[in-house]
This record gives sequence, C-alpha cells and structure tokens, in this order.
Amino acid sequence: MDYLAPITIEEAVGALASTSDSRVFAGATDLIPQIRSGRPEPGLLVDLKRIDRLTAVTEGDTSWTIGAAAPTSGLTENIAFSRQFPGLSEAAGLIGSDQIQNRSSLGGNLCNASPAADSVPAMIVNGARAIIATPDGTRTITVDQVATAPGHTSLEPGEFIVEFEVDKPPARTGDAYLRMTPRTEMDIAVVGAGARITLDADGNCTEARIALGAVAPTVRRVTDAEAALIGHPITDDTLSAVAAAASAACDPIDDKRGTIAYRKQVAGVLAKRVVKLAAERAAGTATENGAH
Amino acid sequence: MTMIDENPTGAPSYKWVGSRSIRPDGLDKVTGKARFGADLTLPGMLEGAVARSPHAHARIVSIDTSAAEAMPGVHAVITAADLPDLAEAGAKTDDVFMSEKILARGKVLWEGHPVAAVAATSREIARAAVAAIEVVYEPLPHVLTVDEALADGAPLLHAEMITRGVDPAPKTPSNAASRVVHERGDLDQGFADADVVLEREYTTKPVHQGYIEPHACVADAGQDSRANLFVSSQGHFSLRAMTATTLGWPPSALTVTAAEIGGGFGGKTTIYLEPLAVRLSSKAGRPVRLVMGRDEVFKATGPTSGSRMKIKMGVTNDGKMTAAQVWMAFEAGAFPGSPVGAASMTAIACYDIPNFLVEGFDVVCNKPKVAAYRAPGAPIIAYGVESIVDELARSINMDPIDLRLANAAVEGTQSSYGPVFPRIGFVETLEAIRDSDHYRSPVPEGMGRGVASGFWFNIGGNSTATVHVNEDGNVNVIEGSPDIGGSRASMALFAAEEFGISVDRISVKIADTQTIGFNDVTGGSRVTLATGKVVIDCCRAIKEDLCRRAAKTWDCEIGDVEWVEGQAQHASGTETPLSLAELAETAPRTGGPISVTKSDNVRGAGAAFTTQLVDLEVDEETGVCRVARYTTAQDAGKAIHPSYVEGQMQGGVAQGIGWAFNEEYIHNADGTLDNASFLDYRIPVASDLPMIETIVVEVPNPGHPYGVRGVGEAGIVPPMAAIGNAIEHGTGVRLNDLPMSPVRLLDAINQRNDG
Amino acid sequence: MSRTHINCTINGDETDFLSESGGSLLNALRDDVGLMGVKEGCGTGDCGACSVLMDDRITCACLIFAPEVEGRTIVTIEGLANADELHPLQQCFLEGAALQCGICTPGFLLAAKALLDKNPDPTETEVRYALAGNLCRCTGYDKIIRAVLDAAEGIRASATSGDAA
Ligand SMILES: Cc1cc2nc3c(=O)[nH]c(=O)nc-3n(C[C@H](O)[C@H](O)[C@H](O)COP(=O)(O)OP(=O)(O)OC[C@H]3O[C@@H](n4cnc5c(N)ncnc54)[C@H](O)[C@@H]3O)c2cc1C
Ligand code: FES
Ligand code: FES
Repeated sequence: MDYLAPITIEEAVGALASTSDSRVFAGATDLIPQIRSGRPEPGLLVDLKRIDRLTAVTEGDTSWTIGAAAPTSGLTENIAFSRQFPGLSEAAGLIGSDQIQNRSSLGGNLCNASPAADSVPAMIVNGARAIIATPDGTRTITVDQVATAPGHTSLEPGEFIVEFEVDKPPARTGDAYLRMTPRTEMDIAVVGAGARITLDADGNCTEARIALGAVAPTVRRVTDAEAALIGHPITDDTLSAVAAAASAACDPIDDKRGTIAYRKQVAGVLAKRVVKLAAERAAGTATENGAH
Repeated sequence: MTMIDENPTGAPSYKWVGSRSIRPDGLDKVTGKARFGADLTLPGMLEGAVARSPHAHARIVSIDTSAAEAMPGVHAVITAADLPDLAEAGAKTDDVFMSEKILARGKVLWEGHPVAAVAATSREIARAAVAAIEVVYEPLPHVLTVDEALADGAPLLHAEMITRGVDPAPKTPSNAASRVVHERGDLDQGFADADVVLEREYTTKPVHQGYIEPHACVADAGQDSRANLFVSSQGHFSLRAMTATTLGWPPSALTVTAAEIGGGFGGKTTIYLEPLAVRLSSKAGRPVRLVMGRDEVFKATGPTSGSRMKIKMGVTNDGKMTAAQVWMAFEAGAFPGSPVGAASMTAIACYDIPNFLVEGFDVVCNKPKVAAYRAPGAPIIAYGVESIVDELARSINMDPIDLRLANAAVEGTQSSYGPVFPRIGFVETLEAIRDSDHYRSPVPEGMGRGVASGFWFNIGGNSTATVHVNEDGNVNVIEGSPDIGGSRASMALFAAEEFGISVDRISVKIADTQTIGFNDVTGGSRVTLATGKVVIDCCRAIKEDLCRRAAKTWDCEIGDVEWVEGQAQHASGTETPLSLAELAETAPRTGGPISVTKSDNVRGAGAAFTTQLVDLEVDEETGVCRVARYTTAQDAGKAIHPSYVEGQMQGGVAQGIGWAFNEEYIHNADGTLDNASFLDYRIPVASDLPMIETIVVEVPNPGHPYGVRGVGEAGIVPPMAAIGNAIEHGTGVRLNDLPMSPVRLLDAINQRNDG
Repeated sequence: MSRTHINCTINGDETDFLSESGGSLLNALRDDVGLMGVKEGCGTGDCGACSVLMDDRITCACLIFAPEVEGRTIVTIEGLANADELHPLQQCFLEGAALQCGICTPGFLLAAKALLDKNPDPTETEVRYALAGNLCRCTGYDKIIRAVLDAAEGIRASATSGDAA
C-alpha cells in the first residue's frame, strides 16, 4: 500500500486517475477496520486531510460549508454551528468516542454508505448538498442521492466529496436526531431518526422532514409522516400518526443488532420523539438535549 | 465505602494490613513501562500468525504449506504433523483434547480452530503466508447449542465419546461428555411440603471474559530442545506443564516468565499460542512472537458456557424452602470441560434446603472450547436459582432478603455439595444490604429494584515464596503467582505488617519458573490466601532467625528476644534494640544472608458470599435499561488492601451488568461467529454504569492468619439475577433468557401490553 | 511492501523513522519507535488502549496510517510525566487504585488529560462520556472516574494557588 497526501483537489483528482486501485480517506475510522478484516486492499491510499478546503468549516451569509474530511469534533465544538443545527451537531457527535470524533468526517460517514450512519439522516433533513470533485471539475448533488445501497455510492471511480453545503434554517425551525443503541456510547444505531420541523406563529407545522437510519438499505425519508404533520400542531394525535407512518416506512433486516419487528416498532417511537424535540426547538421551548 | 467489621473490638488492629498503600507495580503501569505479553522484543525475533478454520465443523482433506514456505521472509510453517500425536502415544484423553485444541488433527471443530502457524520476518508477511496455506476441507454438519447437540441423530464431534457419570454407561456415543449429580433428602416429600412450587426454564449464551489484552507470547527455543517463554498468563507453572505436554517435552525444559497480564478473569489459565510459538521458534532457530488479534480472541479463546437450565423450587407460606430440583446442560465448546461441575456444586449453596436433586450435563458443540471465567459456572446457574427465589418471595409476599435470611447457610450447615460450612458470612451480607442506605431509601419513581445473592468456594493450593532481607534492611518478596488485580500490593502489606516496617521498604517480584518453586494458577481467588500464607510463613521464619541473630549478638537466650515494630528487643530492655537494617548489616557475622523460602499446599480457604442490590430504569418504549444505582456487599474475610477488594467487587459487578444486558456470542446459521469485535460484543463502557457502591463485610476466615477469604470471583455471580428481578419489579415482565437485551425486553413488554 | 520515511515530534523530541506506508501509527510506535506503552486491545478503534495525543487531540493510534503523522506532534504515555514528577492524573490513578491489570491505563490517562485540558471542571457524567472510548474490563470504571475527578480538583487547586505544575 502506498500513501499520498495531496494538498490540492487537482492533485488528488490526478492521483486517483492514475490508478484504478486507489482509495480516498479522511479519518480512516471505517477504512482501517475494513482493511484489517481483508475487505478492500487498495494499492494507493489518498489522504484528503491536507487539502485545506476539505477540512474547513465556514459560515456564510445564508449557508455553512463543511469540508468533507473535517473531523466531526470540529462541528460539535463549533458553537455557532451547533446552535443553528443542534440535531446535525448531535448526530455528528454520536459517532464513536472522543478518539473517533477527532478523526471521523461527514464525508466518510456518508461514503462508507452504512444504513446506520448517524450524520446522514440529520444531513438529509437539513437538505445538505454534496460538492463532488470529478476529473472535469465539480458537480453538486443532494446528500440523499449519494448512498445507493449498503457499501455503495453513486460516486464514479476517481470522484470524491469536497464539501457539504447546508442552508441556514428558516425562522421557527428546529432539527434533532435520536438513535437507539444498547450501549450509551461506542455503538452502532439499531434505529436512528432525524427530523427538521418548521412551525408557524400559531404552532402549526409548515414544513417537516423526517428521515430514518438503519431500517432500510439506505437512509429513508418518511414522507407519509411529514404529510401527517403539515398544517397541524404537534399533538399526541399527530405524533401517533408520525409513529405509525415511520414504522410502516421501514424495510429493515434481522441482524445481530436487532430484529425486523424491533426496528419497526422503535422507528415509530424515535420518529415521534425526534419530531417532538425538533418542534420544541422550533418553538424555542426545548429543554433537553437530544444526544445520549 | 463502608466497612463492616464482624468483631470491631476483638479484632486485632493492624498498621499496614487494611491500609491503602500504593501498589508496587503501579508506577510502571502509569508511565507505560510495564511489559505485557506483546511488549518483549528480542534480537532477530520473528512474528508469527495462525491459520484458522473458516468452518464450524469439517474434515481436513489436505493442507498444502508449500506456497507459504516458499515466500521470502517465511522461516517456519507448522501443522499438527510438527507436534507429537498424543492419541497415538496413548496419552490421557484430556491431554489429547488439549493438543487437538492447539492444532487441529484430522477435523476442525469450530470456526477459528488453528490448523497451521507461520513465523516470518514481519507480521504482514506472516499474515500473507497464512493466506497462502491451502487447506482443503470437507464441511460437516455442526451443532451450536446444547439443544442441537443433544438432539436425536445430532452430528457427533467426537465419534467415540460415551457419557461419563451415567450408570449403566450408555452404549452409544453422544455429545454429552459427562453427567454430575448432587442429591439429598426426599424430593417428592419436599415438594409435597411446599405451599408454592414454581418451575422455570432459563437459557444463557456464551460470554467472553473480555480482557483487554489479547493473548500474546514470545518463545525463544534453543537447538537443545529447551526454550524460554515470555507470556501473559495467570499461571506460568501450569502453562509450562500444558505446553510441555503438547510438545512432548519435560516441563523443566521450559523456562516461563510471567509478563504483566492485561486481564484474564480465568481465560488465561490455559494455553493457546504457547506450543505454537515454541515449535515455530525451534523450527526457525529464531525467537518468535505470537499475538492474537481481537477477532481471534473472540473466535478462538474461551468464552464461558451457554446453557439451558430447568429449575423447580418449593417454599412454604412462611418462607421455608423445602425442595429444589435443578437440571442444567452446559456447552463445553469443542472439547469436554464446561464448568457444569462447579455450577452444580454452587447452584443452591447459599441455602439450607433439606431435599434436592441437582443434575448437570457437560455437552460438546462446535464452538470454541470454553475456558474458566470468574467463578466458573456459578453466575450461570445463579441466574436461574436467584430468579426463581425472587419469584417465590413475591408469590408468598415476603421480602426477598427475608426469604434468603430464613434459609441462609450458616456455620454448621451441611453445604449442598458436601462439606459442613465453617464460619461464613452470608447472613452478614444480607443484613448489610438490608440495612444499607440504598435498601432503606424508597425505590425512585419509575424504577425497579432487585436483589440477588451469590456464592463461590475460593480455593487454596500450592504456592511458594522467598523472602530476602537486603543488606540495607529492605525486604524483597519473591513469589510465583502472576498478579492480575493488585496481589503484589497485598504481599507487600503482609510483609510490612509482619516485619513492622514501612511498606515502601518492601519490593515484590514475580519470578520465572526457573527461579521459584511451583505455584498453582492465579485463579479460584487463591492468591491472597495461599501465596499470602507462604509469604507470611517466610516472614515469620525470618523474624525468628532475626531474633536468633540478635540473641547471638547480645549473647542471650533466644527466648529473651522479641520482634517488636521492626526491631529485635531484649525482654529486659537493657540492650539497645537492633533494627532490621542493623541486623542486615551484621548478617555475615551472625549466620550469613537472611533469606527464607517456604512452600505449602495451603488449605483453609474460606467461602465467599455476596448480596447485591440494583435500581434500574426501563424505557418501556424501547426496552433499554439503565442501571441507576448498584450496591454490593461481599464477605472478604479480611480486606488486606481495601481498594483492591472494592475493585474486585466493582469489576465483577460491571462484568455481570454487561452479561445481563448485552453480552453474548451471536452465531450465524453456518456456525461462524457474527460479533467478533468489541463494537458488536458489547462490554459496558464508562457511560453505561453508575458508581458501584461497595460494602466490604469482614467475617474472618478461621483458616487464614489474617482471616482472608478470596474476593475475586463471587462478585460476578448475582448481577444477572438481580437485574432480572429488578426488571420484573419495575415492569412486571420476567425474562428467563440472557442477555436481557432491549429486543427481548421490548418483546416481553409488548406481550404484557397485549394480554 | 513500501516503507515511508516519517518526521514528527514524539514526546517533545523530533523523531524520524521508517514505517510501512499502509501500517498503523500503533504498529509504528511500538515496532519502529519502540514505545511499548501504547497498547493494542483491538486494532479497530473500539477499545482505546492505543490512545495517543496527536496535535493535542485524543486519537486511536490503531486508526491512523503511520505516514499521516508527518510534521505532527504525538504524545504517548511515555511523555505524560515530567522527568522528576508524575502528572497529577498519574498520581491520582496510583493513589486511587484506578488500575487493576493496567493494560487500559495508558489510554485512560491520555484520554483523561485531553478531557481536563479542554474542561478542567467536568461533571461525573462528562467524565464518563469522555472516557467511553476507553474500555476497562477490570475496574468497573468507578475508581477511574473518581481518580479523574480528583485529579481535576487537584489541578484546579494548584492553578488557583498559583503554583501550577
Ligand atoms: C469505534 C467506532 C465507533 C463508531 N461509531 C459510529 C457511530 O456511532 N455512528 C456512525 O455513524 N459511525 C460510527 N463509526 C463509523 C465511522 O467512524 C464513521 O462512519 C465516520 O464518520 C467515518 O469517517 P472517516 O472520515 O473516518 O471515514 P474513512 O474511513 O476515512 O472513509 C470511509 C469511507 O468513505 C470513503 N470516503 C471518505 N471520505 C470521502 C470523500 N470525501 N469522498 C468520497 N469518499 C470518501 C472512503 O474511501 C471509505 O470508503 C464508528 C467507527 C468506530 C471505529
Ligand atoms: S487498539 Fe486502538 S482502539 Fe483498540
Ligand atoms: S485495569 Fe485491566 S482493563 Fe482496565
């Protein structure tokens, strides 16, 4: 295995074009365990972290730009970001331990294409976009278009994500992310649920986005649950409808982390809880943190 | 921490014993200097790797190592052909099984079973060489659980295995290796006398000891069929014996040095890599290091048994246990040797029950051979027994502690496994919990509370120690019991107490097998008791010698000299006392170096009991539990170093909490292990646990000079049942299968809600 | 297998070594630099035994490719104490019996240092979550958590009394 740490995007694109046997990485927190278990054995490792744009986190007038290889601790420790996107910040902060946090990236979390990746539902409900470097310049797609199946993405060989853009939320909007794991930390979501809720001045929901992790091959938007909220206040009834729609939207598997029945049921529970928390944040009445 | 002293006025008061001194090996461990099993590097050392079976059960058709041998950098490749065939040599069955565990011969019996090993100039090359070994397998049907293994027509692991302990002996072979029985009284009468009889079935899964340090060793064999072995182990003498047997060598041909050991909990009382490392080294003519990866630790080293248990117990309305019938079958893994024997002995040992039948089966299946794990067998059966005891208490409306008190084994009770108990402290642990702040405070809103108790024998056994007094009067204690939890600190405290000198003046070292006499493994909670006893014996002999030397100096009778607070004193007070340093300085003139070695097969182990109390919170919508408060009371006999006694209690509880909720071996249908990592085999992390409150009960063991009982093991016995009991208290649902995972709990809550 | 020449600062010293390009920092520190205080418990980021500080951040050495540390600053357990004085965390671990076998201790000490450098007055819960990446199978964590809280208090006290270590 050879190692290369390009300092420009062009250099990285060139290196990837030079061999079909290459692999980009950021924190390597997914990649190294996979190499250790014998699954890819790349000939060339391309470290993206020495490219400034890939590790920068910057606040613009209307949006944030997050380098695809920036460590997630840089997000959770960014007070302005965490205030505007508490759910996304918490989701990123749930990835592994402090040790992992100092390495793990949103780009890696997304491109590893695990259905259980914690930051992905939170990015999707916030409408995040991925800026992709290609041999012919860059292209932009929405985050929900990246993962196509467990372990697979829509990126072509030689492409990589440079950064994510996420628009600042409108007024009276809150996001949240909750997951179920048997342990409090160091665990992979059995079910994850992200939501972003916008309320009008009367407390009726004007916009809702709900996405579930670990209950289908890729992160799943629950449009039925969103529809059940639009135009209504957040009440026990609407939350029950959200829960039912979320459970119905699941297409999970039985595996060592959970069963189909469990995942469906808990997806409903978490969807209800996460919507409630996001709505409280939208209304400015949230008292508790979502994380942990 | 609370300390309850059985006899606060009458008990002797000690200056060093019972203090919280800094452990002798502490500095090296906080500065990174301590050398664990993988930390030794020798000049010219090769790195090894092991080729393992991908199948749960298969016949080995052929092994072709030629490609591996041809790789540059590869110095040795071994298969079973490089070890003596012990079956052919007519060795004992257990030894044959042991050698087949080290390297498969003819058949592989579980996923991870070693088939070959390689030594090469780097780990990468060794791993590549392992991948280049071509093994042709003919897969066979496998059995993973006791149910599958005992089913009619089940595929057999060992074609000729006849169940031992059954009379008359069965005519046909099976996967049941042996049967054990303990019985007393009249079972039918006992159940007839009961007002309430409950019958329940329980299952548990294999769980791993989960030590953080993977198995590791360095072997350096000479051309003379002798070798040095540096290894992380709980007993370098027994390891030497087992390794030698496997190699067909005399034990004395091996010099084994005990590395610092990064956790064992019983799992490092046996061998895995050692014969491979020695054989690779002798074949390559170079030192060889073998270190397991975490996946290998999970796949190929000892978990403890999965099990099925059936328990029937009767009690009268006023709380008298009248009868118990216990049936259990334990998975042994690929070779016989589950802890079902100990489980049968401990099953109802807490109680004085007049009529009982306890029956246990040791059953082989296609999983790694189990290894000892902290109070082997006892936690498994206690999960069942302590759960049903709790249900009985509930059914007769009695406080669960009162029910236990009413039936508790006490001094003079004939234990369920035979001997009559001497002074024991079970009642004291129950009272300690009953009187604790925790039990007396109301159960917090929305929580469940559970109690359970546990028993472990503790053992004595063979130990040797040497004590030297240096020329400066400081003392070296040399022992041969690998220190897995701070035992060197206790040895230093014993010596300090005996000599009446500061503990800083004592150094404690664990010597290799060449340097010190024989010692049994560090296991059975025996070290503070047995090795402590021989250290004390050494100190006492030296004190006598010192008094003799002082008498010689003063030209008086030895009877006129007394050892008081670190110095020899003349009874008359006329002579200036002679300190240890002064006597050491003049030693050449009073008889030469001051040094004593003592060996003993120490008896007098005192049984340990513990009672534990837990409050927990259940998220009824997800089945996730959080332990909110935990208190454990355990009879230590005498806490030599209270911090490490508390540490053992807390560590045992933490492991039990993991076992209760999440830990389990998850196998795929093809017999492969699906969760061979710390991410998926979920031991508790710091944020999963509360502080674990300890109440050290001290009911001195009459069999030990300082009253020591072992403390290492009993702590893991009750937690699973205590938690199950708390779940029922909090939710009304009873789980009879471990782990009591969120999936299982939510399922049970759903059933409760539906019906 | 290609080897890379790597320059970095380890425990205050400028250091260079040759290492496997695709190998981990953990293997490089142990095999190529000889710092055996860095432990391997899993090699996959799950146990924290290999924790080191990289540019003052706690990381798992097993999840870093060795060449990544070019130009970076690494602190291992061997670099935690001063020449003649233990770090307060080390002292508190010793006094509080916060270790049994000690294999996890180097990782805990460094993770705890990273925490206290960031947050000198953590709550028990904060300590528990900050150390959740470090597994200890022996202690049940109780005495480790107490030792870290004690060390934090000691460090704060000596900082306010002006004779900060
Ligand atoms: C102990 C532990 C705990 C964990 N816990 C969690 C958890 O709780 N939740 C969770 O979601 N995950 C968890 N993970 C998984 C992992 O840490 C995360 O997925 C992390 O976000 C991956 O980021 P990375 O930068 O380390 O990815 P890397 O390993 O660097 O890369 C992962 C994959 O993405 C590709 N890739 C990386 N960057 C790019 C890019 N910019 N463009 C295109 N492809 C790219 C790589 O080629 C590789 O295939 C855990 C991992 C460990 C070891
Ligand atoms: S060895 Fe690196 S986390 Fe376990
Ligand atoms: S002290 Fe042994 S793992 Fe922590």
